[in-house]
Amino acid sequence: MKTLNDLNQGQTAKIGSYKPAFTASRRLMELGLLPGVEIRFIKSAPLGDPIAVDVDGRQLSLRRADAAQILVQSA
Amino acid sequence: MSPDFQTAPTAQSLSRIALVGNPNTGKSTLFNCLTGLRQKVGNYPGVTVQRKVGRTLVDSTEVEIVDLPGTYSLAATSPDERVVIDSLQGDVEGLDRPELALCIVDATNLQRNLFLAFQVGQLGLPMVLALNYWDSAKKRRIQVDVEGLEKRLGIPVVPISASRAEGVEDLRKAMGRALKDKPLLRSPDFPAAIPEAVLQARSALSEGVEERLSDAAVLRGIFDGDDRVFERAGASDSQIREVFSLSKKALFQGGLNPANAEAVLLYQHIKDTIEPCINKGDGAQLDGSESIDSLLTHKFWGLIAFLSLMYLVFQSVYSWAGPFMDLIDGGKALIQDGVSSLLESWPMIQSLATDGIIEGVGAVVIFLPQILILFFFIALLEDTGYMARAAFLMDKLFSWCGLSGKSFVPLLSSYACAIPGVMATRTIQDPKARLVTILVAPFMSCSARLPVYVLMIGAFIEPKYGAAIAGMVLFAMHFVGLLVAMPFAYLMNKYILKTPPQPFLLELPSYQIPKVRDVFLRMYNQGKEFVVNAGTVIFAITIVIWALLYFPRLDSVADAARTDFLSQVAADRGVSLEASIGLVESEETLQQELEHAVASAYIEQSIMGRMGKAIQPVFDAAGFDWKITVGVIASFPAREVIISTLGIIYSLGGDVDEETGSLRDSLVHQTWSNGPRAGQPIFTIPVVVGIMVFFALCQQCGATLAIIAQETSWRWAAVSFGFMTLLAWLSSILIYQIGTSWF
Repeated sequence: MKTLNDLNQGQTAKIGSYKPAFTASRRLMELGLLPGVEIRFIKSAPLGDPIAVDVDGRQLSLRRADAAQILVQSA
Repeated sequence: MSPDFQTAPTAQSLSRIALVGNPNTGKSTLFNCLTGLRQKVGNYPGVTVQRKVGRTLVDSTEVEIVDLPGTYSLAATSPDERVVIDSLQGDVEGLDRPELALCIVDATNLQRNLFLAFQVGQLGLPMVLALNYWDSAKKRRIQVDVEGLEKRLGIPVVPISASRAEGVEDLRKAMGRALKDKPLLRSPDFPAAIPEAVLQARSALSEGVEERLSDAAVLRGIFDGDDRVFERAGASDSQIREVFSLSKKALFQGGLNPANAEAVLLYQHIKDTIEPCINKGDGAQLDGSESIDSLLTHKFWGLIAFLSLMYLVFQSVYSWAGPFMDLIDGGKALIQDGVSSLLESWPMIQSLATDGIIEGVGAVVIFLPQILILFFFIALLEDTGYMARAAFLMDKLFSWCGLSGKSFVPLLSSYACAIPGVMATRTIQDPKARLVTILVAPFMSCSARLPVYVLMIGAFIEPKYGAAIAGMVLFAMHFVGLLVAMPFAYLMNKYILKTPPQPFLLELPSYQIPKVRDVFLRMYNQGKEFVVNAGTVIFAITIVIWALLYFPRLDSVADAARTDFLSQVAADRGVSLEASIGLVESEETLQQELEHAVASAYIEQSIMGRMGKAIQPVFDAAGFDWKITVGVIASFPAREVIISTLGIIYSLGGDVDEETGSLRDSLVHQTWSNGPRAGQPIFTIPVVVGIMVFFALCQQCGATLAIIAQETSWRWAAVSFGFMTLLAWLSSILIYQIGTSWF
């Protein structure tokens, strides 16, 4: 199953669900990263990690290890 | 701040308004705009969250505004975050529940911002909503039907542009009316499972406990899985377990997942409520930030821009502060001279006034240029939105040892001085990451260590190995602390704080043009807080050290030193003892030498000198003699005094600096007077390197300890002191022992 971490630069996808063991899922959902919401992979940092994403016109940054906990579906 | 503001008798009766909002919503700008200079900065009891309280006029009556920390949600995962919910519920010691919540939201991103507003509304607090960034919403053709929104939400909604102070008068009027009318945000109609879960939770609690909790508080506890809510009301552990098991069951039965029920329900409700009131224009997604970022977070140019910017910040803290610090030093010396001549006839008062009190005040004020300059840049970096990008760029370098990119700026500033560096950790929200950064900051080689390196390298390394090696050693000394600090941070996180890997969540806010007033107030508040809190401790430490170096000032010590000196002069010149008295009186240089000899004798016989001699065996394994030991001990309050202390001990007077040739000469010629090493030079290369590493690693700065205590607690200041000192001591012994057996 594809995760947010697997997206390429500029790719857009829909958030599917969070892996059950991911403790930060609550935090992300409070920020509006709910299942079904569109998310765009903007770029990764120059050193490869973390990554920047766009959700509803807002830019957020998260680490690849956390991004790999978020399952996505192609939009 | 005028004194009458702090002691105003009406403080009890003032209406209190809590300012809440997400980070990056212009909350501070609005707060500064409403209160101006009429604000006070302090800490919440027990946590290091800055507490800002100010006053403003609403309907020509004075009200108190509390600026709560910016947060995305009321769900608290740390003591720091708890401050927001505790303040709103009136659970903070000594602070009443606010009468009104002023909730500020970003008009260009209402949906996500309203999440917090609804959480606050559920606590039953009357609310006024300020729609900030109204100007950029208009520019981006985002239309918000304000009247429609007011109707649907049930509370006053006021569009403002805080940075231009537009709409602020309307906001004041709305707050004035709201204090009387107490408008409540219309609660969402939650599915039946939610009230059922609250009911079930109540059934698990004993009667006395249950009475103490409102439905809103119980619901927050259930949503957040937060034991503390129930614990504080007096529930037992078994009751709490029962609360969660019953309420979760109720949620599951209603088809809700307890982990995300609140987010799913609230966002759905927000969408249904506001969608008809918002019309996002075609340009809604574009605000230019992404195109700025295509340069500033670019793989190559982003790093170049970052390094240039950091170089500018570091240079300015490191060198621009220099002239101001020299000015303060010069002014201090002037005042000392003036006071000194006034008090000539009372030597002890004279010494207390000049070397104690004025020195102590100077020791506090001297840090202000660096603090103010650093916070000027930090305010600029944060208010423009670049700080988040800096953390984004640098995170990879820090993530392995449990820190994040947010530690970069504080650690870089610590290379100039750990005081502003530790204060800069306020930009790190995660309390454990902040604590570790604070503990790591004093390892960075600050500018006060430089004189020690210059003295040692200039006297011993350069003459022996040449300028190229000397330069490399100086460069290397700046990395010793960093090399120790990173593994220290790793071990600290892994074994002592046992921090579970923290998810790193960082908003990259839209770029903004900073407000001059916000920048100025940031500098003013930080400077003031430093002087009031840490300053007092630094001042006290200086007085104590003065006393340790001054007492007991026995006349017999001076007499003996004088006699020794005179007989030395008599022997050197081949004259009688009586003639040598005449010589000293007529020759100015001899007179000065005599003064230095007496000062040196006094310091040897002072409490500090005796301590140095008593403690010397501890440093014997590192090859330090008693004079170096006194220098080391006297340097604990402030490492920069080592040079002048060594100057006094070696009878050169206290005015020497690290470039002084005579100090270098006398160091080179020091030999062991007794013991197994008698006759051998004291300052061998292993001793020299040992001294430099000792100073690189040791926590010899009372001001840093004071600031660590201010930002965390005295317990952590003690940990920092103990650990760094132990490490420095062991390292210098190791270097001496290995160095001596190899060379």
